[in-house]
Amino acid sequence: MDIEKEDLLRLYYFLKLTRGLEDRITAMYRQGRILGGVWTSNGMEAISVGYACALEKNDIIAPYFRDMGAFLVKGITPRRIMAQYLGKKTGVTGGNEGNVHVVDINLGVLGYPSHLADNYPVAVGVALSFKIRGEQRVVAACTGDGGTSRGDFHEALNMASVWKVPVVFFCNNNQYAYSTPVKLQMAIKNVAERALAYAIPSEIVDGNDVVAVYQAARNAYERARLGEGPSFIECKTMRMHGHSEHDAAKYVPRELIDEWKKKDPVINMESHLISNNIAKEEKLKEIGEQVVKEIEDAVEFAEQSPLPEGKEAIEGVYATPV
Amino acid sequence: MEITYLDAIKQALDEEMTRDRNVFLMGEDIGYYGGAFRATEGLYEKYGQWRVIDTPLSESGFTGAAIGAALMGMRPVVEMQFADFISCAFDQIVSVAAKNFYRWGGKTPIVIRAPFGGNIHGAAYHSQCPEGWFFNVPGLKIVAPSNPYDAKGLLKASIRDDDPVIYFEHKYLYRRIKDTIPEDDYIVPIGKSKVIKEGEDISIITYSAMVHIAIEAAHILEDEGISLEIIDLRTLLPVDKKGIYESVKKTSKVIILYEAPRTGGVGAEVAALISEEVFEYLDAPVVRISAPDTPVPYSPPLEEFYIPKVDDIVKAARRLAAY
Ligand SMILES: Cc1ncc(C[n+]2csc(CCOP(=O)(O)OP(=O)(O)O)c2C)c(N)n1
Repeated sequence: MDIEKEDLLRLYYFLKLTRGLEDRITAMYRQGRILGGVWTSNGMEAISVGYACALEKNDIIAPYFRDMGAFLVKGITPRRIMAQYLGKKTGVTGGNEGNVHVVDINLGVLGYPSHLADNYPVAVGVALSFKIRGEQRVVAACTGDGGTSRGDFHEALNMASVWKVPVVFFCNNNQYAYSTPVKLQMAIKNVAERALAYAIPSEIVDGNDVVAVYQAARNAYERARLGEGPSFIECKTMRMHGHSEHDAAKYVPRELIDEWKKKDPVINMESHLISNNIAKEEKLKEIGEQVVKEIEDAVEFAEQSPLPEGKEAIEGVYATPV
Repeated sequence: MEITYLDAIKQALDEEMTRDRNVFLMGEDIGYYGGAFRATEGLYEKYGQWRVIDTPLSESGFTGAAIGAALMGMRPVVEMQFADFISCAFDQIVSVAAKNFYRWGGKTPIVIRAPFGGNIHGAAYHSQCPEGWFFNVPGLKIVAPSNPYDAKGLLKASIRDDDPVIYFEHKYLYRRIKDTIPEDDYIVPIGKSKVIKEGEDISIITYSAMVHIAIEAAHILEDEGISLEIIDLRTLLPVDKKGIYESVKKTSKVIILYEAPRTGGVGAEVAALISEEVFEYLDAPVVRISAPDTPVPYSPPLEEFYIPKVDDIVKAARRLAAY
């Protein structure tokens, strides 16, 4: 599949934006400016950027908590995300939900519960509605390797396959679920083997290669749109920070981190663009500068935004108030 | 020596594992890592990987496995990383564990440790007080200690009990509450409340983290000449009716204080018991102070509004004192 230059630059832009925004959030967390925990997709940005860039505008994502790239690609602005992290009224949930729970159903981003893999069956329902209504839309669902041990994950795959609905399941296999290495999570070597039991075609891709993720996603979406049913894509990667920013991750061997540092998805993409003559250094520098501006603007916006008032806590419980 | 609420939990686990080889632990990240809150730190090194088991991310699975092991005479203690995730294991708890004994005499001595509660900026899924979800399940026992002494004694009692027990431990108290506790082996019996502070005018019936704001409020009200009696329920199911009635008979005015949403939980049940059994002793309406019926919000002003505060108690007590 040929990818247009524009699309490649778009991938690069969102990689940079995701990295920059999460780095800024981490720095602010360390200064005590963000309450609660902070979990990032550092080193794994290519997965959410790749699968989201391959979607059409009216497709849906059912994400998990390391999908910042997908939130941005779907059009949720850094301003609204930063405001969410600061618990501001202008954030995507007006201060109701925790920082990392970025959502906007009008832009095709479903909110995700913390309970891992809860969104997998929900994604199947989204796809089912597309099938019933004869719409050419797809849904992309993502979870981590740990999340695939939950019953909801397995029930979702089974239903999706029986009903042949247009859903593509992604697994961010970053080798650890908190402190738990994959070998204590499952006895199989690849998460993708889980899909086999449900007769769902699967593919394993290099999760640090945004182009590979993008291509695999596009193929799977195409199958789904043709009515050929679900696919499963395992993206191999490495969680480069602790589980959250308070976790020093001493349980991860240093060498593993050093090895994966060499495969950084942002730097990866930079060399790809330069060595294939797709973009010059100045162009990438320009993108980098634009990203910094957007992030600083977002921080300023968020800091100047008002907090909600305490009594607003009891509003918005019912969609149809009684 | 002074120890924290968290240390008390760790000590209870350690001592019970030494005392009884059938006691073992299961949960996510509890072994090599020592647990998300470090409640099991050091136990993996001491007892090995088959007594401190790092499970896959499968709450329903490992709770079911605990039930199976319990039926074979083991005494498993499972950890929910956060109480919020207990919903994933709901079916095993309410359909299997709670009913085994009544249906067919199957003793199911499991303990489910569930770190719960807010005030830690954890929002909707890392702050909940889910005890109300289980209040309606015959066969379960539910405990919720407020201090290191009870934390240790109730956990030991729960492990030795032949029924399934949900042990709600408050995350906010883990490192904030310290006390000197006895070195020798003791238990705190399940089903018994405790008078934390004797008083004359108003009974405040509460548990877990809310006990501490009740104590603060009592100090403030003392200066105003209003005397609070504080009852720490310690066990929520089955609740200590006798302890509640005795206090109500003495003071004739009641506040029920809890951090969970208002509707359908401890507050409703205790209020109903009081109006059924000791109505004629009451001089004023029973008052509930709780979180509102909303999910737990994130933004600081919202969470601050959500969680009951000392001031809420002081105001309610003044209102009741006027009766
Ligand atoms: C059902 C459930 N149990 C426990 C947790 C607590 N928890 C949050 S993230 C996490 C590890 C997740 O690992 P994985 O699915 O591999 O995703 P990763 O963090 O590696 O991206 C755990 C145990 C949770 N969110 N949901």
